[in-house]
Amino acid sequence: MKTLNFSISYEQFLEPNGSLCSALPENVRDTKKALHAYQTMVFMRAFDYKAIALQRTGKLGTYPSILGQEAIGTAIGHALNTDDVFAPYYRDLCTQFLRGVSLKETLLYWGGSEKGSQYENCPNDFPVCVPIATQLCHAAGAAIAMKTKGLHHAALATCGEGATSKGDFLETLNLAGAWQLPLVMVVNNNQWAISTPRQIQCGAETIAQKAIGAGIEGLVVDGNDYFAVSHAVQNALQKAYSGKGATLIEAMSYRLGDHTTADDASRYRDEAEVKTAWENEPIKRLKQYLINEKLWTQQQELKYLDKVNKEINVAVEAYLNEAPDAPESMFEHLFETLPKPMEDQYAELQAQSLLSSSQKICESSSEGVTHDTTR
Amino acid sequence: MIQLVKNDPSLEVQKLTMIESVNLALDYAMSESEDVTILGEDVAVNGGVFRATDNLRAKFGVKRVMDTPLAETMIAGVSVGMAAQGLRPVAEIQFMGFIYAALEQLIAHAARMRNRTRGRLTCPLVIRAPFGGGIHAPEHHSESTEAIFAHVPGLRVVIPSSPKRAYGLLLSAIRSNDPVIFLEPKRIYRATKSHVINDGEGLPLDKCFILRQGADMTLVTWGAMVTETMQAAEALAKQGVQCEVIDVASISPIDFETIVTSARKTGRCCVIHEAARSCGVGAEIAASVSESAFPYLKSPITRVTGYDTIMPYFKNENYYLPTVDRIVTEVLASVKLLAVGKEEQKHVNL
Repeated sequence: MKTLNFSISYEQFLEPNGSLCSALPENVRDTKKALHAYQTMVFMRAFDYKAIALQRTGKLGTYPSILGQEAIGTAIGHALNTDDVFAPYYRDLCTQFLRGVSLKETLLYWGGSEKGSQYENCPNDFPVCVPIATQLCHAAGAAIAMKTKGLHHAALATCGEGATSKGDFLETLNLAGAWQLPLVMVVNNNQWAISTPRQIQCGAETIAQKAIGAGIEGLVVDGNDYFAVSHAVQNALQKAYSGKGATLIEAMSYRLGDHTTADDASRYRDEAEVKTAWENEPIKRLKQYLINEKLWTQQQELKYLDKVNKEINVAVEAYLNEAPDAPESMFEHLFETLPKPMEDQYAELQAQSLLSSSQKICESSSEGVTHDTTR
Repeated sequence: MIQLVKNDPSLEVQKLTMIESVNLALDYAMSESEDVTILGEDVAVNGGVFRATDNLRAKFGVKRVMDTPLAETMIAGVSVGMAAQGLRPVAEIQFMGFIYAALEQLIAHAARMRNRTRGRLTCPLVIRAPFGGGIHAPEHHSESTEAIFAHVPGLRVVIPSSPKRAYGLLLSAIRSNDPVIFLEPKRIYRATKSHVINDGEGLPLDKCFILRQGADMTLVTWGAMVTETMQAAEALAKQGVQCEVIDVASISPIDFETIVTSARKTGRCCVIHEAARSCGVGAEIAASVSESAFPYLKSPITRVTGYDTIMPYFKNENYYLPTVDRIVTEVLASVKLLAVGKEEQKHVNL
């Protein structure tokens, strides 16, 4: 009898108390980078709180918090090169920010405007993907395009652990193995898909072992440890650049917030579990590490928070003052040029749009004259 | 029959079947642009189960003609990714009956990529799929569900009805910067041959084709049903009823102008399609003709279609598919219904 043996590794460097449980590998030893990672995570968490506040006060649409996911996104954002292609899901604020998606663009997107996906600074990245797991196929398509064109870049897609139950995830994983694609798939295993816990999602001990069935490397990392995620993603990207195929990384984290602002997680999960999860969260441990290494102080933190809050307020102001797209824009980007058969509908909308804006003008001018009419 | 034109060997007039002309268009498009890439199940070494991609792997190499794992969601999904990153994928879904796994990718992404990024990313892909009944195929191989795609804003849905139009329309579909669902009526893949010049000339994706002029009634159809409709028009002509036959070809966005103009001229309109009747493209055409040609109509707009049933297995498929007789009967009923004018009575030869 022949037996095949497979194994899945688990990687962690940084303990929740900020000490190292094993020496940092070469590619994550840059202290400047670690400091920048910490600052980014703090910045993004502050923005996240602000976004929730905007939603609660009616100034933003439904918004999915990234609370507790900051290390994963920041590590990916640091590891990717400009020429790589990123295919996000909807909890990738940190990576997108580091790729150059502005806070204003993020707010516009969740604030109900298509302008929010124009991404001036990373024009090849895919927009936020809401239909679960579908973005993995797009990243594989981007990886095929790179291979076809002989470019030594990589595509990276993220998803939650819920997405790994879907065909799109499994079909992409399978293709990535069969075709040795320059692709990195990072699963943010934050334990909850809305109200569905990890154990209902899948009977396997790890998500990463799904890679074994596809013939590619799979590994688990501590998703609350910036160094562990960074190390794994950098290695996976290097492998992809050198034509050695795809990698599946399962980053263990915890969704500290609700699924979105439309969700109330207290309906389905235990407060005690959330309390424990807060002890493992990613920002606190990196902060302690940096303080231990004399790279950061509480005073610097206060100054930095002041700075980022100002930046956030500037972005919020810009978002709130942004004029909405003309209603006609719904026709203007549907096809390359407006098909002739649709001209009637376009004219219909234009008439409606004109009518409603002239009504607004009438209303405002009549308000102005009410005081001195004696009819 | 092969004949040289202008001493250019590429411009020979060839007599081709539809499947051969699909192959020729793919060949031309791949020679024209390195971005054109073919993928799908059994498309490379085997050349496709209908041979639409025959010899292309040998000619253009493994990087441009790719056999994929058997997974339709993935085929559509990676095509979206490839298209957004500068390639022009032409993906084959082996039969339309297996396209449903790809719907989320096509509806939620291919159709929306341009709009949701305000033109930053686009999705110039073509999904080719053989569809329709009449070849005694197994279950799930004979449906006509083009209306599903026609209902989706942002997709172009194109259906050729002859070798020549297959060549020209497929070339335009591949060159188009919009996503195109290109449905090939497999019943007529090899039914007839027509003259095709391999000159790279595309046909417009927003125009109907008037295949036959007539003053008494407008027959609107597409795909394989063009054959039966033309035969019905011939038979009706012998009875003195002159039908105008329109091949819609691009069922979305659809050129209502040509259809409405014809209906205004003839005053009567019948839509013939293989797909089930309810919520079919025929209903849309009838509504538009009614909205835009109502004062000109002499009889109600009618439809000859498949029934609102599951497509029967092939022992009974001929009862499902509209026949020449059904079309003739429907047209005669329409013409008789309000054939009150003397001129028309003479015409109808009652």
